[in-house]
Amino acid sequence: MISRSPFNFSMRIDGERSSALDQARGRIVLIVGFILLAYIVVAGRLFDVTIIQGYFHAAEETATREDDVSKTHLARRGDIVDRNGVILATSLKTASLYADAKLMTDAEGTARQLTKIFPNLVYGDLLKKFQSERRFIWIHRNLTPQEQQKILNIGDPGLGFAYDYKRIYPQGRLTAHMVGYTDVDGRGLGGIERSFNSFLTKSSDTIRLSLDIRLQHILRRETQKAISDFNGIGGAGVIMNVKNGEILAAISLPDFDPHDPSAAQNDLHRFNRVTLGVYELGSTFKIFTAAALLEKKKVSMATTFDARSPLHRGNRIIRDFRPEKRVMTVPEVFMYSSNIGTALMGEAIGTQGLKAMYSDLGLMKRMDFEIDEMGRPLMPTPWRDINTLTASYGHGIAVTPLQLVSAVSAIVNGGTLVRPTLVMKDEKSKPQTSVRVISKETSLKMRQLMRLVVSDGTARKADVKGYMVGGKTGTAQKNVNGRYLDDKRISSFVSVFPMTDPEYAVFIMVDEPKPNKDSFGYATAGWVAVPAVARVISSFAPLYNLAPEQDAPDLAEPLRPFLHKVSGEGH
Amino acid sequence: MFQFQQVFSRTNRSAIAEWWWTVDRGLLVAVTILFAFGVALVATASPPVAIRIGVDDAHFITRHIIMAVPAFLVMIVVSVLSPQYIRRLGTVILLGGIFLMMIIPFVGAEVKGAQRWISLFGLSLQPSEFVKPSFAIVAAWFMAHQKQYASFHGNLFAALLFLSCVVLLIIQPDFGMTVVLSAMFAVQIFLAGFPFRYMVVMLVIGAVGLVLAYSTLDHVKSRIDRFMNPESGDTYQVDRSLEAFANGGFFGTGPGQGTIKNSIPDSHADFIFAVAGEEFGLFFTLIIVGLYLFILLRGYNRLMESNDLFGVLAVGGILAMFGLQAFVHMGSSLHILPTKGMTLPFISYGGSSIIAMGFAMGVVLGLTRRQTRSAIARAGLSVSTRRGNL
Repeated sequence: MISRSPFNFSMRIDGERSSALDQARGRIVLIVGFILLAYIVVAGRLFDVTIIQGYFHAAEETATREDDVSKTHLARRGDIVDRNGVILATSLKTASLYADAKLMTDAEGTARQLTKIFPNLVYGDLLKKFQSERRFIWIHRNLTPQEQQKILNIGDPGLGFAYDYKRIYPQGRLTAHMVGYTDVDGRGLGGIERSFNSFLTKSSDTIRLSLDIRLQHILRRETQKAISDFNGIGGAGVIMNVKNGEILAAISLPDFDPHDPSAAQNDLHRFNRVTLGVYELGSTFKIFTAAALLEKKKVSMATTFDARSPLHRGNRIIRDFRPEKRVMTVPEVFMYSSNIGTALMGEAIGTQGLKAMYSDLGLMKRMDFEIDEMGRPLMPTPWRDINTLTASYGHGIAVTPLQLVSAVSAIVNGGTLVRPTLVMKDEKSKPQTSVRVISKETSLKMRQLMRLVVSDGTARKADVKGYMVGGKTGTAQKNVNGRYLDDKRISSFVSVFPMTDPEYAVFIMVDEPKPNKDSFGYATAGWVAVPAVARVISSFAPLYNLAPEQDAPDLAEPLRPFLHKVSGEGH
Repeated sequence: MFQFQQVFSRTNRSAIAEWWWTVDRGLLVAVTILFAFGVALVATASPPVAIRIGVDDAHFITRHIIMAVPAFLVMIVVSVLSPQYIRRLGTVILLGGIFLMMIIPFVGAEVKGAQRWISLFGLSLQPSEFVKPSFAIVAAWFMAHQKQYASFHGNLFAALLFLSCVVLLIIQPDFGMTVVLSAMFAVQIFLAGFPFRYMVVMLVIGAVGLVLAYSTLDHVKSRIDRFMNPESGDTYQVDRSLEAFANGGFFGTGPGQGTIKNSIPDSHADFIFAVAGEEFGLFFTLIIVGLYLFILLRGYNRLMESNDLFGVLAVGGILAMFGLQAFVHMGSSLHILPTKGMTLPFISYGGSSIIAMGFAMGVVLGLTRRQTRSAIARAGLSVSTRRGNL
């Protein structure tokens, strides 16, 4: 094939091959030209991004720092308070120590005395800095008055004070994720501190949040108890007003100390599970499927679904967690949380219909909210018809807890969308939203169904007497790196009360609860999240002067004719 | 050094000695440096990712090394093979890869809406990664063979093979891989002498394909929209990436000192170049760009001297793929291209794909080796001049 001799190859190679190779060589030159061009563009852009834009980037940073030092008395960062005016974040004016090496008279003596005041400073390091020519060296930020007095007593002209503000969070970790935190230069790095950074720095005005620190405390206590009891790795909780979207409490566990966010053991502590984390919340999604179904004409509570045997579609098999093995009505499917029945509902609604419902409820895209750490929902792409069946019971679709609570609020409040908000607004500037997603009739039916889950179904432990609690549980297998694990789950419960005229939604989620003895080996939502929500409501309702109604007729009563038997435990 | 030369005496005809004197050592060194950079960068970029998904800090580092070492060995072994063996090995891998891609819709794992992965011997494999280099080999052979035996319809076979691979990729769907494979094949037929005017026609077809992908595949549309109009959606990752480069400056913030890896989910794979820019600075990133450019120029330069059309087509295609992937990765993180999750060859954490890339580079090294006798002839010359200097 190929001439083996290097000395006379040109004579032996036949003409066509040789010309083909010549042509190829010519074209290699062209390709190399293209490559050179592309890579030169990369190198040029690297220079642009790193140096030219980097110069402005650095200029910006130093500019703000100088501002802080010179006009400290002006730039006080605004406070953040809760709905009742309790301070969540405030700024205290403190002195910070710097050194000017050129003015330093006794570098050694000063360094020695400073190490006595601040044991964490190292003598050698200080001396090296003091013997340099630098005009501005930060020594210690945010001194206490006692420390400042001791430094004044040293009396070296090379030491100076810059006055700036230290951010204080009197409630500590209780509101860490929502309020956020700042860096040592007072720039907001998380939560409201970050998203309202320019507002807080420029106007020094107070921001009033919709949070109620008392509810925040109750919610944290009970969610933490559920996590501890079931040895979970984390959790989240939300209390929201279903009519105007005000968030009364929102917590993400584990949490961190906003005074020292870098001390959080790892990112998991700083991670905001309420707004940034997206989770497959499982059966709670059946609320939306049932609502989409009931919106259809020709569907009534008496419509039945055949859940006698597992459902085969394509290469998937859909099973029930606790099979009833019979034909079920709509209330039964919802109350027993039948996956098969719900999947059949999904099939009846159709892919377009279900996607439209999810999309109307704001579950398909990143939510627009007042803090920046917002997660983007994950959903099947491409969305095939089989995905409609699985998504109908919350499998393969992951949303943030805040999105779920907002969507549920829209379902129960009469059917209009609510926009969750963390910042209190004047009555006048409140947007009058009346975007209707479902009819009033469907909303009423959904309230009856959700009440049934608490009065007779999987969430009976949440039936706080007199408050007509309704809700839906969800126990989903956790998807880790694309695989669903049997022993890792997310247990959640979204509840609303009072169901007769809904005011508040309470949501609690526990990540990876493990079964314990008291729960007889279960780690399902009914054992984990439901009792926690019940405890929250028991503390919350009296605090808000909500009077219990002991002998009101049960909202779920009209559904009884559609139930064929009353059976045991749910999940 | 004296000992070394003794072992690898130029007159020694053993396979290893022959390999050492004929292989392009410049390429070999450049690729080895990339391997080393890869380990270092994965080591600094991956711990936050590992912690976020709740595994051990060193999870990705260990796994990267477990894949990088065999990848390096595969590269060396393949580079020792003769063109005939490379052709045969390429054919076997291509057939195996196509077979696996055909069964993926039935047994593959679905990740983020696409079925690309298959589990084999406890490893999760992306067969399309292996199809790319082996396709280059087989297509090159088909086309080179037709040049010699006009009765053999090599060009047609190559085209059919290309179409079937594209169909399999679209089923998955893997848009990025389709673009890379098409670009690679385009370079091959261009080198094989395909007329310019038809190339233009194919470019138009490719553009139409892009528009179709844009209008039918939602995730492609959103990526391109976000690139074209940053206001329209989430440019979080690219913003963080650009910030990282600016933050790095000339010499970087120092190893481990960067912050971008805390805010970008796939910083150890799709945005590792930004991690490099932040922690090691412009100087280092330019070295990386230079290394890729060096490999490409050196490789194509070797082809200019080659008189084996098969080698020219195969290596020309593989280098184009290699260069395009590196370009797309760097371009994405610098916002001169839409964000496309593509790994930086040999540097990104990418599991089994690094083995495929090792195989590809092994083919480049193997097919650009100087032919034995000419090498010995040149070696003889250089030895005598060196003696003269002594």
